[in-house]
Amino acid sequence: MKGFAPILVVLALLATVPLITSSNVVLNFMVMALLIALVGQGWNLLGGYGGQYSFGHASFFGTGAYVTGILQMRYGVNAWAGFIIGIAAGALVGAVIGALSFRSGLKGSYFALVTLAFAEVLRIVASVAPITGAGVGTLIKLDLRSEAFQFQSRAPFYWIVLGMVGVSLILTRMIEDSRFGAYLVAVRENEDAARALGVDATIVKLCAMTISAAITAAAGCFYAQYYLFIDAGIAYGPWISIEGLLAPIIGGIGTVFGPLLGALVVKTLGELTKLVTGGAPGLDLVIYGSVLIVVVAFAPRGIAGIFVDLRRRLSGTRGRSRD
Amino acid sequence: MLSPVILVPAVLNGLMTGAVYALIALGLTLIYGVLHIINFAHGALLTAAMFAAFFAYQWLGIDPYLAAIGLTPLFFLLGYGLQRFVIGPAAHGEDRNILLVTLGLAVVIENALLYAFRADTRTINLPYAFNVIEVGTAFLAVPRVIAFGVVIAVALALWLIMRFTYTGKAIRAVAKEKLGAELSGIDVAHIYAVTFGLGTACLAIAACLLMPTYYVNPGAGNAFVLIAFTIVVLGGMGSVTGALVGGLFVGVVESLSGLYLGESLGQIGIFVMFILVLLFRPSGLFGERA
Repeated sequence: MKGFAPILVVLALLATVPLITSSNVVLNFMVMALLIALVGQGWNLLGGYGGQYSFGHASFFGTGAYVTGILQMRYGVNAWAGFIIGIAAGALVGAVIGALSFRSGLKGSYFALVTLAFAEVLRIVASVAPITGAGVGTLIKLDLRSEAFQFQSRAPFYWIVLGMVGVSLILTRMIEDSRFGAYLVAVRENEDAARALGVDATIVKLCAMTISAAITAAAGCFYAQYYLFIDAGIAYGPWISIEGLLAPIIGGIGTVFGPLLGALVVKTLGELTKLVTGGAPGLDLVIYGSVLIVVVAFAPRGIAGIFVDLRRRLSGTRGRSRD
Repeated sequence: MLSPVILVPAVLNGLMTGAVYALIALGLTLIYGVLHIINFAHGALLTAAMFAAFFAYQWLGIDPYLAAIGLTPLFFLLGYGLQRFVIGPAAHGEDRNILLVTLGLAVVIENALLYAFRADTRTINLPYAFNVIEVGTAFLAVPRVIAFGVVIAVALALWLIMRFTYTGKAIRAVAKEKLGAELSGIDVAHIYAVTFGLGTACLAIAACLLMPTYYVNPGAGNAFVLIAFTIVVLGGMGSVTGALVGGLFVGVVESLSGLYLGESLGQIGIFVMFILVLLFRPSGLFGERA
């Protein structure tokens, strides 16, 4: 179980937050940060480990959110069942988009473009289709029972989303150690070489995209339960695609803890901006965009990369003094 | 089936709209053809140019068509500076990084505009905006006819630059063989920035052509750029003729699908076409590379 200890420690520490404070502001902040961490972890699996940069993870987030919401409100399905079906639906959308684009050999900018286009198509469809409530959106009825996946206080929501982040962390760690993970990294580093060595790159990318979409859809399902309202702009809007890729890139792309670290930093920055400017629209995203450029320019491996460099430098000096 | 009396004007109007699409796509494809990157900041830069044209009229009373004379060099410099001092250095020569940097720029520009000007939609009222000229059975709006003419002139000018000037030759050399161009003494970073500047300058012209009939808000450019992406993919990434023909084609398709299916579905039609082309013919209808 080597390598899982840090994950468990971090999870245990984070789990104490609702015991320390019952402030709704703090808990709400942490829930949103963990939600972004979850989306980021999904993105990271495909983008960080697989090297396929998606600009349209909103497709999966929105599908998860709408499927849980619509199943509950229009078909009377239990919220927990809707949650599971929402994840499956998101994974299916991921598999379909993945199959279409990877089989056509789309990569790099083309892949980014096609994922962006799919998210936009879904957003436009959702904003006119009657089943999604079109422009009005989908409202989930208030029903504060745990059977309905709704809770009086924010603490249970917090623990649930933390649990989901925990599962995604452990899953990522397991993938890192697995043969599949090695294939995925090989495809990222040099797809042609990986193919030459017998790796079925298309299948590997497709699996990564499906898992990635499932994780992101889970975040979407959770969002719907937490806010009880979604519309096309929230579910399929570009904000979630951008925050979802920002978190791993800032935290450390292709690392287990990168998305969590990045999400906390991004959300803190966002809140600070709101505090300073009094919630003027747009400014938080200006900061996010600038941070994205600065990180790519000066710390391409994110905060985690900075830590690794520091440790290497420290151990390097220690090594020399021993000589 | 509709009668030619309706069909012909729809096609002609489609061609006029398509010309502006073509110009936006031209900038995109030029940058792709030389730098081999998709500029995700194209839409945000177009929005910025539209705001510039709007305020040139609102504050200084300059007609958008006149404003183009000043805005085009200004946006050339802006594009040059962005590539030379932001995108180039930040990307460390990695395609994946360029993607992220241009995305970051798009987010910054778009939201800075949102912060500065709010989400309000603005229009300018020009006395000649609703003038029409009669061509056979069709009535064409004057601003659209002007736009069509200007786009043809710009395309011709770009072709002349590419064909006969030293810079044009250098751009073509870098597009074809970057290392070879570098070895023969061409300053590649400079050429990259010039190309990016030319692409951005196209946007300034397009914005000035759009403003007499169109509105501007912080998201206005995006609608056009998704269409431009479609055109560029359709025409083949990096192909200038492809962008022109593709632009006119998409303009007509949009006009006709709007006629038959209604406005909101017409928009989806373009996306569906885009995805289909990307999936089944990513090299485009006129593309050279497989």
